Amino acid sequence: MPTKEDLAIAKQMPDASGHFGQFGGRYVSETLMAALQQLEQTYEKLWRDPQFQAEFDRDLAHYVGRPSPLYHAERLSRELGGAQIYLKREDLNHTGAHKVNNTIGQALLAKFTGKPRVSAETGAGQHGVATATVAARLGLECTVYMGEEDIRRQALNVYRMKLLGAEVVSVTSGTRTLKDAMNEAMRDWVTNVDNTFYIIGTAAGPHPYPKLVRDFQSVIGREAREQCLAQAGKLPDVLMACVGGGSNAIGLFHPFIEDADVRMIGVEAGGYGIETGQHAAPLSAGSRPGVLHGNRTSLMSDEGGQVIGTHSVSAGLDYPGVGPEHAYLKEIGRAEYTAINDDEALHAFRHLTLTEGIMPALESSHAVAEAMKLAPTMRKDQIILVNLSGRGDKDIHTVAEIDGINF
Amino acid sequence: MSRITECFNNLKSQGRKALIPFVTAGDPDPKVTVPLMHALVESGVDIIELGVPFSDPMADGPVIQLACERALLHGTRLVDVLDMVAEFRKTNQTTPVVLMGYLNPIEVMGYAAFADKAKAVGLDGVLTVDLPPEEACEFNPLMKAAGIDVIYLIAPTTEESRVKQICAAGSGYLYYVSVKGVTGSAALDVGEVAEKLEMIRQHTDMPLGVGFGIRDDASARAISAVADGVIVGSVLVNKIAELAGNQAQIPEAVAAITASMRQAMDK
Repeated sequence: MPTKEDLAIAKQMPDASGHFGQFGGRYVSETLMAALQQLEQTYEKLWRDPQFQAEFDRDLAHYVGRPSPLYHAERLSRELGGAQIYLKREDLNHTGAHKVNNTIGQALLAKFTGKPRVSAETGAGQHGVATATVAARLGLECTVYMGEEDIRRQALNVYRMKLLGAEVVSVTSGTRTLKDAMNEAMRDWVTNVDNTFYIIGTAAGPHPYPKLVRDFQSVIGREAREQCLAQAGKLPDVLMACVGGGSNAIGLFHPFIEDADVRMIGVEAGGYGIETGQHAAPLSAGSRPGVLHGNRTSLMSDEGGQVIGTHSVSAGLDYPGVGPEHAYLKEIGRAEYTAINDDEALHAFRHLTLTEGIMPALESSHAVAEAMKLAPTMRKDQIILVNLSGRGDKDIHTVAEIDGINF
Repeated sequence: MSRITECFNNLKSQGRKALIPFVTAGDPDPKVTVPLMHALVESGVDIIELGVPFSDPMADGPVIQLACERALLHGTRLVDVLDMVAEFRKTNQTTPVVLMGYLNPIEVMGYAAFADKAKAVGLDGVLTVDLPPEEACEFNPLMKAAGIDVIYLIAPTTEESRVKQICAAGSGYLYYVSVKGVTGSAALDVGEVAEKLEMIRQHTDMPLGVGFGIRDDASARAISAVADGVIVGSVLVNKIAELAGNQAQIPEAVAAITASMRQAMDK
């Protein structure tokens, strides 16, 4: 168990060079170094600037609709017969997921640095939609890279992005999913580094992205902490969040890092099962450290160092790496990571819809599923706070397809 | 003196510039690579950059991405590429060979294991695209101890203060990336390149190679007028792709391109 001092250090990560212990860093080709150094300087200055903070807070309140509610899922809790389940309703944000907290922040950075164009990668399309949305609002040109396979899975979000004025580029290289979209977005950035702000969608990539995405998303944890104290009179016993890159999870976890009694559980995509190798759960599978997309982290790669293809029913979790801060929190023993398989996530999707009238995104369904497993083993006066990171409308097509229904 | 430094010194004394071809190892088949390396030497190249195939070549354009995919179909791993260098060294002890690729295959092999093996097979240099000097404090001393030059990229976006830092960390030669973009992209501006090289020369005596955007005899000749080395990749890899179904012709056809560039440069 980490000591109080360890946790105080953990709370201050990353260090000055952008590392979280052995993870993180800035592993990019030389062309991007200047842009990243500039971004770091700009960010450090603006993040402490009251005017920037005020604009960010105002946008979160009046454009995103924050604070998002903390909802006591009483019927689900009663039925499970154990811990009380509270849902942090990020699904109620404008555009339907937590992703917009980050894109609002990064778009403000783009605006303050005077870049006329933004680019992004997207898996499920939620980050792409959130990026296209803020770009429309600020009048910025917007290009979103998306794997061909994900374009098929998330047709609704693709059309949403187009309606918002974004160009959606289909990525046909490699596994044609999120990882390859990120490769292509980085190639775009290398080529257009002078006029483009690259809006990374998760708490990964080269420093300072993991830090700034976490900071923008930490509004989730700060609100949840206050709301839980106000509603239940105590802190939650367990925090639960799904982890692909892990931005919603780190946003929830970070404000609780020094609350040593609060367990933090990240739920990865177990796909067909960890034992099949067909998953997207590097931390749960104990993947060795590797370097991809600008950072060192736990990475699914083979004995030759080639990145392995992943599988998850949810496009947003279908990624072979994970944000470096999660790899660090696991290594120091502060957070735990586990995996939920496709079928368990699909069951949770249906179950939450039926018991609470809330349709979670397939990504968030992984966290719900783990909460449903854990709750019955806990006392009724204990609390599991689940980050309901997005809503499931975008997944109706996928679920219907599994049910054999074609619209 | 390293084989790379010796090579540049010899060229300098002859008033010539280095021609440095890049090919992806194992593309389109592992059997092609070593004969191709020998054919390139025959055609008059001075140093060979051998690409290590990687699943996610983020700094490369479509041409080299596809080369990586073809090589990975045969499962060409870092250890296999090192074996190719060993095979090449059996009959060639003079032409420097540099591995160019991404960090993860080296990371997974382990830095120390890589350094040992690289030394054993007679490798001369390594260029790891996604390992800037800031992250190389563990890697560089191991390479240095093994006598392997660590070659760094300098980009059009690199500021002068960083150029100093990179010059201090690197050895062998420096690789100036002539365009903002991925490999095989837009045409280069020789005047702009010359200006930048002049600034870099104020901070180092190392030879300066220029790559990205050199696609024919004319651009090779133009760059050889301002740089110490001309690095050519995508145009060769394109030829390899064209002949993927006719592998026996690859060494000769690719060497014909470098022979012609050699002539243009030496004119």
